[in-house]
Amino acid sequence: MTSKTEMDCEVVIIGGGNAALCAAITAAMAGVRVLILEAAPKEYRGGNSRHTRNFRCMHDGPLSVLTGHYDEEEYYNDLLLVTKGNTDEHLARIAIRGSQDSQPWMEANGVRFQPALSGTLSLSRTNAFFLGGGKALVNAYYRRAEALGVKVRYNAHVDHLVLEGDRITRVDFTENSKSHSLSPKAVIVAAGGFQGSIERLVKAWGPEAENFLIRGTPYNRGDVLFDLLDQGVQSIGDPTQCHAVAIDGRAPKFDGGIVTRLDCVPFSVVVNKHAKRFYDEGEDVWPKRYAIWGRLVAAQEEQVAYSIIDAKSKDLFMPSVFPPICAGSIPELAKKLGLEPEALASTITEFNGSCQAGNFTPTELDNLATKDLEPPKTNWARPIAEAPFYAYSLRPGVTFTYLGLKVDETAQVQGQEGPVANLWAAGETMAGSILGQGYLAGFGMTIGTVFGRIAGEEAAAYVK
Amino acid sequence: MSNKAISEARRQIEICNACRYCEGYCAVFPALTRQAAFADGDITQLANLCHNCRGCYYACQYTEPHEFALNLPKLLAEVRQESWQDNAWPQGVARRFHRSGVAIAIVVIICFALLFATARWIGSAGGDGFYAILSHNMMVAIFVPAFLVPLLSIWISLRRFWKSIGGQPLGPKAGIAALSDAARMKNLSGGHGEGCNFEDEDRFTRQRSISHQLTMWGFLLCFAATASGTILHYVFAMPAPYELVSLPKILGISGGLMLSLGTAKLAWLKPKGDKALGDPRVWGGEMAFILLLFTVSTSGLALYGAGATAWMPTLLALHLGSVLSFFLLMPYSKMAHGFYRLAALIRDAQIK
Ligand SMILES: Cc1cc2nc3c(=O)[nH]c(=O)nc-3n(C[C@H](O)[C@H](O)[C@H](O)COP(=O)(O)OP(=O)(O)OC[C@H]3O[C@@H](n4cnc5c(N)ncnc54)[C@H](O)[C@@H]3O)c2cc1C
Ligand code: HEM
Ligand code: SF4
Ligand code: SF4
Repeated sequence: MTSKTEMDCEVVIIGGGNAALCAAITAAMAGVRVLILEAAPKEYRGGNSRHTRNFRCMHDGPLSVLTGHYDEEEYYNDLLLVTKGNTDEHLARIAIRGSQDSQPWMEANGVRFQPALSGTLSLSRTNAFFLGGGKALVNAYYRRAEALGVKVRYNAHVDHLVLEGDRITRVDFTENSKSHSLSPKAVIVAAGGFQGSIERLVKAWGPEAENFLIRGTPYNRGDVLFDLLDQGVQSIGDPTQCHAVAIDGRAPKFDGGIVTRLDCVPFSVVVNKHAKRFYDEGEDVWPKRYAIWGRLVAAQEEQVAYSIIDAKSKDLFMPSVFPPICAGSIPELAKKLGLEPEALASTITEFNGSCQAGNFTPTELDNLATKDLEPPKTNWARPIAEAPFYAYSLRPGVTFTYLGLKVDETAQVQGQEGPVANLWAAGETMAGSILGQGYLAGFGMTIGTVFGRIAGEEAAAYVK
Repeated sequence: MSNKAISEARRQIEICNACRYCEGYCAVFPALTRQAAFADGDITQLANLCHNCRGCYYACQYTEPHEFALNLPKLLAEVRQESWQDNAWPQGVARRFHRSGVAIAIVVIICFALLFATARWIGSAGGDGFYAILSHNMMVAIFVPAFLVPLLSIWISLRRFWKSIGGQPLGPKAGIAALSDAARMKNLSGGHGEGCNFEDEDRFTRQRSISHQLTMWGFLLCFAATASGTILHYVFAMPAPYELVSLPKILGISGGLMLSLGTAKLAWLKPKGDKALGDPRVWGGEMAFILLLFTVSTSGLALYGAGATAWMPTLLALHLGSVLSFFLLMPYSKMAHGFYRLAALIRDAQIK
């Protein structure tokens, strides 16, 4: 056992993202000694939280940068819509109600807010944006935690928790390839999902997952999650599912973050490797369709697709980080994409032939639909006819996995025979209870903040 | 202009335009989201709008070791620096002084020696106080051209710059908006009013902006003191020395104290900031500029105190020598930043 003073602590928190930090600050404010074990090096601390931009916040009246009101029922209904009822109402309502008093708590602990970013006005009533984004939030929380005496160890990867009876008796971790063991009084797991491990993704989803890109941190590999599940701790959420969106196919394998998203699909024709269309590109406004395209592309051969627009649509969507592939004609574009030129030309000709005259309105459903085309395009269907032509490649980008630790309303982890007496979980690690399916923009940070605070409070009360 | 800095800045700005998380920190991000493509002039404009508050570095999820390798404060500092050097007139002088603190020190020493010698050998045709050392006419003969020629040079450079960023004819509205942003140093406020990042990584403090305000306002007060003295001398036939309770003295002493304090604080802060978030090539030149300003104000204050002692002639030569160097170097040193940044703020207000 290591007894160095810098590792002296009563509560060990596994992870260094939003949920971990909220738990650490809360526990430290309650007067207990806290140690954070973060697998990533300092430059990459903060997990997926460093990529976020806002959190969804209930408010009965104007609150900070949020205007109007967004009450519990409206919030809960929005959640029901995206999860199709696949949620735990009791826990969901705790998260929703907790968001309202979390906002001032976040501000008091150094987070700064700003009105909705340009291009995201649809979220200005429901979501409070972090000034500088998620990394600024993470930086502020680390400063706050350290000021409260919380100790942080980077490059500290937790390998194993020893579960004896109803208690965690030991935490084994590796720091810069040296093994250590600690026996704290309480443990909080806030180590995210397992999408950072392609191996585990392949096991869960199938071999297609080899071609998935991971939008966030490579450090959320699920090692602690599976270690606990292997010891009989209860799980929640579909182990085979992950949340995936269609992102730019040229994005880095990991950590591409927000800038790799592509908003061009509704104004485009999307084809697969064989230059064939496979789904209605204009089904609904993009924010609502964003998530289904990840699965759609995942189902195509080699998990790749191409979104094709012409000159008149180029400036209708937020710019992407990579410039589009550009050509003077459709066959030439096909060649650059490695598609069969004739096949693409005939797909586009057929599409163009089925477009109807009518009013095009990019900002709302305009019913400008194709006629006699399979699959149809039901909105924004304009011929791809004006050179130059542009294309973006699409690949599935995984945001998070749904499998998690089952917790109760005090964030306590559930074993075979009741709760594990000194183990709590917060954030993505337990979000499957609340988000069984789908995703609601800004809800990940809400769950992490509210349950992080609850876990911190409960663990501190247990220690004292 | 080096295409390397511009095209690297363009690459980074395009990433920011797809991200926009830093929108609330300063005027640069709202300006860049108004555009989809960036010509060289647009990037030069953004670079001069940037106040190097460093918020967008510490908040960025794409800084090294990430492969996107964002470091916008550094790139914009490099482009900004090169825009000052490339627009400078005459050209060659600029690069040397911007980069080299030693070159600045040499100019100061030469000016000091020059004034010392002038005072010694040409001296004064009799007069009171300082004029007993160097006559008023002699001072005027040296300083009027030493002030006007650099101003002319800056004027020529600024016109080139203004054309390159597509500036429109000046109007009062944009001018007032820009002056108010500069007076409050709005772009060093972090957007939340808690200041900028500098001496302690991602911690927001107002140290740098307060030091700059002391420096800038102190400088402007000193300038006002000189201007009021000139008016008293020529319009009201009231030559120096002045009473303690007189406009030139009140302005000069308060301005001098602020300028000394502000520059001392800036010089103390500077080594604490991460060099790699600015243009490291000009670090020495910038530091020398701060110390030169400190010398100007501190020697000026010392003159008020030591006016009647044997130190006075040496101090006078030192003060006048540093003022002379400051004027001569105005177009080729960090001092250019005030003019260019003000122009960029005006341009931004025009587009908004
Ligand atoms: C690109 C992107 C944008 C997003 N935008 C938003 C948004 O705007 N709003 C929103 O609400 N949600 C957003 N999300 C979702 C959001 O990121 C997550 O819901 C949230 O960050 C989860 O926080 P967390 O603390 O549970 O996990 P994380 O922030 O991922 O933290 C997990 C931590 O655990 C550490 N860790 C993992 N394994 C170990 C181990 N074995 N030992 C030690 N440490 C370990 C990791 O290094 C990491 O620090 C976004 C996600 C992505 C990918
Ligand atoms: C329009 C007016 C001005 C603006 C907008 C402005 C803006 C800035 C900004 C943003 C910085 C910090 C970033 C950098 O180092 O480049 C700075 C630095 C500085 N400014 Fe100004 N400034 C103005 C006028 C002045 C004036 C009048 C003076 C005094 C003569 C002055 C003296 C300095 C000094 C000494 C520094 C420190 C340089 C360093 O740390 O390297 N500024 N200015
Ligand atoms: S500096 Fe980084 S975080 Fe800020 S806008 Fe640019 S890419 Fe985004
Ligand atoms: S360094 Fe500061 S002023 Fe410059 S672009 Fe970044 S946030 Fe804006």
